[in-house]
Amino acid sequence: MAEVLVYVDHVDGAVRKPTLELLTLARRIGEPVAVHLGAGADTAAPVLAEHGAVKVLTADAPEFAEYLVVPKVDAVAAAYKAVSPVAVLFPSSAEGKEIAARLAVRIGSGIITDAIDLEAGDEGPVATQSVFAAAFTTKSRVTTGTPVITVKPNSAAVEAAPAAGAVEQLEVSFGEQATGTKVVSRTPRESTGRPELTEAAIVVSGGRGINGAENFPVIEALADSLGGAVGASRAAVDAGWYPHTNQVGQTGKSVSPQLYIAAGISGAIQHRAGMQTSKTIVAINKDEEAPIFELVDYGVVGDLFDVVPQLTEEVKARKG
Amino acid sequence: MSLRIVVCVKYVPDATGDRHFAEDLTVDRDDVDGLLSELDEYAVEQALQIADEADDAEITVLTVGPEDAKDALRKALSMGADKAIHVEDDDLHGTDALGTSLVLAAAIEKAGFDLVVCGMASTDGSMGVLPAMLAERLGVPQATLLSEVSVADGKVTGRRDGDAASEQLEAALPAVISVTDQSGEARYPSFKGIMAAKKKPVESWDLEELEIEADAVGLEGAWTKVDEAAERPARTKGTIVEDEGEGGKQLAAFLAERKFI
Ligand SMILES: Cc1cc2nc3c(=O)[nH]c(=O)nc-3n(C[C@H](O)[C@H](O)[C@H](O)COP(=O)(O)OP(=O)(O)OC[C@H]3O[C@@H](n4cnc5c(N)ncnc54)[C@H](O)[C@@H]3O)c2cc1C
Ligand SMILES: Nc1ncnc2c1ncn2[C@@H]1O[C@H](COP(=O)(O)O)[C@@H](O)[C@H]1O
Repeated sequence: MAEVLVYVDHVDGAVRKPTLELLTLARRIGEPVAVHLGAGADTAAPVLAEHGAVKVLTADAPEFAEYLVVPKVDAVAAAYKAVSPVAVLFPSSAEGKEIAARLAVRIGSGIITDAIDLEAGDEGPVATQSVFAAAFTTKSRVTTGTPVITVKPNSAAVEAAPAAGAVEQLEVSFGEQATGTKVVSRTPRESTGRPELTEAAIVVSGGRGINGAENFPVIEALADSLGGAVGASRAAVDAGWYPHTNQVGQTGKSVSPQLYIAAGISGAIQHRAGMQTSKTIVAINKDEEAPIFELVDYGVVGDLFDVVPQLTEEVKARKG
Repeated sequence: MSLRIVVCVKYVPDATGDRHFAEDLTVDRDDVDGLLSELDEYAVEQALQIADEADDAEITVLTVGPEDAKDALRKALSMGADKAIHVEDDDLHGTDALGTSLVLAAAIEKAGFDLVVCGMASTDGSMGVLPAMLAERLGVPQATLLSEVSVADGKVTGRRDGDAASEQLEAALPAVISVTDQSGEARYPSFKGIMAAKKKPVESWDLEELEIEADAVGLEGAWTKVDEAAERPARTKGTIVEDEGEGGKQLAAFLAERKFI
């Protein structure tokens, strides 16, 4: 059966959820072969096998951490040569997209980014995308070369599908460009203990209506009561009330949770671009004319400082 | 030696207007208002700041796009760029990211460069792949998605705020960089700038000048194909209640009904 390369996004071997979703999608097209670069292959391999990887190709070298992107392109290109896959899939992270972009140029293949679904088709994989701030849904194919496709988080269910997952060393020789951009230092993000924004099933976001960093705990308390992640509009981020890593929207994260709660957010097109594909949308805003209400399944016109704490209390009470 | 900066800017349909597809399923760029992609304003801004710091620098803004794309170049010139190059050719209609990167790379080489500055993504296609493709094609380092950048001693340094970590990057020139909307507000063109822009040179190049065959680009040369584009069905109008003291509880009841609690 045809093989599909799946690029593994991980932190020291802890496989991130979007990669497991990719394995689900890869199985619709062929047999997934995972490519794991950097440390932690021993930890990752059993997890990848459990979710359908027939093979795990691994390579570890200091270059992967010390230089930006290109060493990983060299490695994925080596995997591509070794396997001759029918498609190469990446998670739509900043890095995933850049590796995919360079690989596409290198192997002479078309590329599709930010797919939200993937199916097998008569003429190769068919990718569904959501474009123009989610106003349109398109179906596209790569017509030249081996399809290189990046897929957004939360595009498929994580499914167990045990496979062999045999670990094989990947021979990589780095090209001249590999050491072009040095990573001089790296400051890891502090963990908040909350779910990852792009992976969370529930996201609670605050906007300009929060009116100050000191009020964000109101949003955090609701998120914690629901076991969700915290998001913010760009207005809240630009004001310095919440970190940019939590920004939802065109120039922030794109999220697609089961439930999205927007409090004190007007719903500008650039914000919608990052949350419009959420399954259920709820908003709290004191302006009944706010465009966010055009999207909601349930909306409350009111002061968030009354509504959100009451909601949090009620959630806690109901959960007991 | 003067620092030669090329800024890649894109002319895009206005995001706040109605955007749609043409009959051939390419982005309709004819019947809509367009403008310089807001995210590329940040690229122009950083280029201007880098040029200010350099002893001697020249900024060329470059676009690949239809006739109207000149508007984007004018805007960048009125912000302070020195000259502009417009790559325009009927055969470019429908070109995909790979094709665009081929054309841009050829134009950048022809123009000559020490530093290429891009935006983080275009506001219409939003792929965020062009800068990496350009670096690959030009065979120079890529330092992308920078929220802070400076150039000195033949090197570019900057901060890249990633998902898992914030990284400090360093690369020797020539290089390709892209900057995010966290890099600092873009300036507004001054009246003087707008007047001056009218006199700045804008060159037009076609595919022949770049020695690119027509079948390598355009809709026919595209390596991807959109088979279907459907307007997303409008979300069915939800329930909207006025908070009269019980809004939070009502919302909780809705969440419970949907099994979120
Ligand atoms: C190129 C570009 C990229 C952008 N990218 C993004 C992006 O990624 N993400 C993003 O979010 N934005 C982005 N924006 C900005 C976007 O256009 C809006 O400016 C922004 O989303 C507004 O944030 P907001 O809704 O929090 O603020 P506002 O639009 O000011 O809305 C605040 C809302 O809070 C309500 N409110 C105030 N007080 C209360 C209260 N006590 N109780 C209840 N409601 C209250 C008000 O009625 C209002 O509706 C981008 C813009 C550009 C040009
Ligand atoms: N047609 C174009 N002409 C000039 N620059 C472009 C063009 N398309 C994309 N770019 C540049 O590449 C960046 C990323 O674009 P994209 O990969 O399309 O999201 C943009 O911010 C621009 O700097």
